[in-house]
Amino acid sequence: MGAQERSFVGHIWDFFCSLKLAITTLILLAVTSIIGTVLPQTATEQENLQHFGETKFKIFQALDFFDMYHSWWFLALLSLFAINLTCCSIKRLPRIWKIVNNPVLTPDDTLYRTFSNFEEHLSASPASEIKEQMQRFLSKNFAAPKVTEADGKVHFFAQKMPWARFSVYVTHLSILIIFIGAIIGTVAGYKAFVNIPEGSSADKVWPRGGNQQLDLGFEVFCDRFEVEFYEGGRRPKEFVSDLRVIDNGKEVLAKTIQVNDPLTYKGITFYQSSYGPMGDPQFSFKVTHRASGETVTLSTRQGQLAELPGGKAFRVADFTESFQNFGPAARLEVLPGLVHQHQPGESHPSFVVLKAFPEFDARRGGEYIFSLLDLKQRYYTGLQVAKDPGVWVVWTGCFLLVAGCMSAFFLSHRRVWLTMQEVDGKTGIKVGGSAHRNQPGFEIFFDEFKAKLKAELET
Amino acid sequence: MTSTQLFNFTTIAYFACMVLFIIYLATRGKTVALIANICAWVGLLIHTGAIGVRWWETYQIPGGEGHAPLSNLYESVVFFSWTIVLIYVLIDLKYKQRAVGAFVIPFAFLGMIWAQLQLNDAIEPLVPALQSNWLTYHVITCFLGYAAFAVACGVSIMYLIKHGKEENNADGSPAGGLLAVFPSVKILDDINYKAIMIGFPLLTLGIITGAAWANYAWGTYWSWDPKETWSLIVWFIYAAFLHARFTRGWVGRKAAWLSVFGFVATIFCYLGVNLVLSGLHSYGGG
Repeated sequence: MGAQERSFVGHIWDFFCSLKLAITTLILLAVTSIIGTVLPQTATEQENLQHFGETKFKIFQALDFFDMYHSWWFLALLSLFAINLTCCSIKRLPRIWKIVNNPVLTPDDTLYRTFSNFEEHLSASPASEIKEQMQRFLSKNFAAPKVTEADGKVHFFAQKMPWARFSVYVTHLSILIIFIGAIIGTVAGYKAFVNIPEGSSADKVWPRGGNQQLDLGFEVFCDRFEVEFYEGGRRPKEFVSDLRVIDNGKEVLAKTIQVNDPLTYKGITFYQSSYGPMGDPQFSFKVTHRASGETVTLSTRQGQLAELPGGKAFRVADFTESFQNFGPAARLEVLPGLVHQHQPGESHPSFVVLKAFPEFDARRGGEYIFSLLDLKQRYYTGLQVAKDPGVWVVWTGCFLLVAGCMSAFFLSHRRVWLTMQEVDGKTGIKVGGSAHRNQPGFEIFFDEFKAKLKAELET
Repeated sequence: MTSTQLFNFTTIAYFACMVLFIIYLATRGKTVALIANICAWVGLLIHTGAIGVRWWETYQIPGGEGHAPLSNLYESVVFFSWTIVLIYVLIDLKYKQRAVGAFVIPFAFLGMIWAQLQLNDAIEPLVPALQSNWLTYHVITCFLGYAAFAVACGVSIMYLIKHGKEENNADGSPAGGLLAVFPSVKILDDINYKAIMIGFPLLTLGIITGAAWANYAWGTYWSWDPKETWSLIVWFIYAAFLHARFTRGWVGRKAAWLSVFGFVATIFCYLGVNLVLSGLHSYGGG
């Protein structure tokens, strides 16, 4: 076989196996990803058009910059990355397998010349005397060697952690596993949301980015929703939903969920994400008519006029869950009657009643004394709904990634060769070594090893 | 003794430590280096105590149910400084190269002085989304990773200074003067690599715990949020660094530059995203 030009396929294969491609792809992925962090990815077309103006918008739109992580060119870059990973591994694995399972036991001079970690000694003692000494020296300062005698020379070969060479393949494989998990999740799963009013249920959810409702196949009831606030503010402390799953008419699962603690049924998970007020709140008041001493309990909705003993009426104009530091409060208006025509320039008593301080309104000195007994706001619970059959594949990949990484970094396959040769009754000793990771670290070790060997041979 | 007072003492200790290390570079006195190191250790101890006291303080505020002090910008900067000194101390135990302190402790000091002078240290109770053990795992792994990258950056700067000086020496002799106490370029290169070897798995764990937490909270482990994306960008850069070591010509100077560049990206990921861009992590910056 004469010198053949590398075939076209050969060139393609070399390209996909190259380390330079790996580094370039990583840097390209890093740089292009920046685009998606400075340009909005979830804005509407109108918003983007307004923000950037016609020309820039057209360019960015054409390049798919507004949804770049799902764009054809970014996915192509990720695919290139995956192909590169795969090809590199396929190309290099056979050689690594050979190194691990069939090490060179009889190194010749050409091999020693390749080592940057190398030293030669001449010992006055004959080879037979120092053979055991060398064996013990290697065992003590590195690892127990394999001894091979051939061509009048004695070869020692010692190695540490040969299997560490496979950890990089585990790491690369784990990335492919993560990609596969992500693809499974995208293809066989979905993300959706649903708002369930307190006391009612839902059996369909709204997928993100779609208009068609998705059937769950079962019903989820929200029996109760509760939100607790931190003192003195509107900062939510905790909000929970009591959920119940009914499948085929039977209750199969009940759980109180909160943020970071979802409910899962049949591979579909419901996450407590948000909430909102549902309809108008219901207020209940205790009202005392000062003049007659009569006390009644009344229920009303916001804006709804309620009749008071003595003929006047009142309504709730406004309310809040948290009035400064004082808790739930309602602002009330007292009007001359249930039916009343508002005259310009007229004003009516308007004041705030606090739920936590029922005696507070008595100090106002008004015709009526109000106590806010209860303020019941009905809520809807906002749930994120997700189905992802690939998520455990992704976690497996992640675990292998970390394990593979740590093993690839902290475990290095190190080899030391020592060859003894008779030279006029003296012994010529060649020693060399290499590490497949962290060569500078191995150099530092080998420098010390050389010093110790020199000291050993002089004794 | 409040946590604020203890943090102030910590800042003073790191300042003294930094000054002493710089004096060491000039005078080459072994005693100076030893005192500087003791300052670092003492500072780290006070710092640890301060964080502990602050943790206790989170139980004392009205409505406070207690949380690990890792929940806002102030707490994260203070923790970042702690991790930097911790990683420095570990590297020093292994290599005993005191000159490195002059290039690493300043990062910790700058963090503390910025936090104490400019950042809001009010203790706020956590919103529901942050009430999770994942917060602790995610923040700790991320910051340990960032700290390792900070050390790698400091050491890379030393490399670039020393290598530059030695290249100018016509006979290739080691540099003298201020650089005399620097470790050899071989050792600096080794520490750079080792620090990134520690930081990269930690960053990977940080990203993964973040993804796991996002999955528990919102049902999506990855949503290309700017913070997530930038952490991936930093990951890509250090992955490129690690692969570049196996290509001839990418050891030494190029590796040092890539390490510095990676840390710049790390700082953008940590602070730039919160302060300049918008997204899910904006609340983490407040």
